[in-house]
Amino acid sequence: MRRRTTALDGVTALVILLLMVQVWLLSATLDAFLAGHTDAALPGAVFSGMLFAATAGLYWFVRHIDRSR
Amino acid sequence: MVDNKTPAPREGESLWREEFSVFQERERFVSRRQLVKFLTLTSLGMFAGNVWIVFKAWFRKPESYPREAIARAGEIPVGGVKLFRYPNPKEQCLLVRTSEDEYVAYSQKCTHLSCAVYYSREENELICPCHNGRFSIRDGAVIQGPPTRALPHVVLERQGQELIAIGMSGKLES
Repeated sequence: MRRRTTALDGVTALVILLLMVQVWLLSATLDAFLAGHTDAALPGAVFSGMLFAATAGLYWFVRHIDRSR
Repeated sequence: MVDNKTPAPREGESLWREEFSVFQERERFVSRRQLVKFLTLTSLGMFAGNVWIVFKAWFRKPESYPREAIARAGEIPVGGVKLFRYPNPKEQCLLVRTSEDEYVAYSQKCTHLSCAVYYSREENELICPCHNGRFSIRDGAVIQGPPTRALPHVVLERQGQELIAIGMSGKLES
C-alpha cells in the first residue's frame, strides 16, 4: 500500500513537471511565431506531442494501479 | 479514493441531514487519479495549441505590402519624429531621423501589450510608457522591460527626396 502511494505521488509530480515543460514550450513557440519565425512551430508540436504521450502513459499507469487494488 | 456509500447518520445528528444526504466533503474530494486525469487533459490542450500554431504557420498567406511615400527627406529635423500609418490605416508607425542622412521606422505598437511607444531623443531609445519597455533605435531590439520581441521594422527606400515604405520585417499578419 505504501509503495503504491509513493508511486502515485511520484507519477503526479512527474506529470506536473512534464506539464510545466509543455507550458514553457507552447509560450516559446507562440512567441517565436508572433515574431515571424515559423521554423520552431513543427519541432515544438512534435515535442509537445511526445510530452502529451508521456503524460497519457502516466495517467494509464495511475488507472492501472487503481484497478489493481 | 471516492467512497460511494452513504455514511450512516451519526447519533445526535438532525433528521434533515439524514434525508438530505449531500456530503460536501465527499463532493469536493479530488482523488489523485482525477487530478492526473485533469493534468492529462490540460496537456492535451497544450498539444492542441502547438498543432494550431503549426497550421497557422503552414496556411499563412504570403505577406504583401504596398509601396507608400511616407515623408520627404528633410521634412523632419535630426532627432525628430513623424507618425504615419502603414501598411493599413489601423497600424500606427513612427519615423525617426537619427542623423543627417539616416531614417528608421518602426511599428508604434509595443510587442508586450500594444501600448504606443515613443522616441526619447535624450536616451536615443524607443520607450513604452506602460511598463517601461525600451527598444533600440538601431534595430528595434528589446533593451529592457517585459517585451520579449523586437519592434516590427518598416523597410524604407529612398527615391530622390521621397522616403518610401516598402514592407515590414518581424511581423506576422493575424
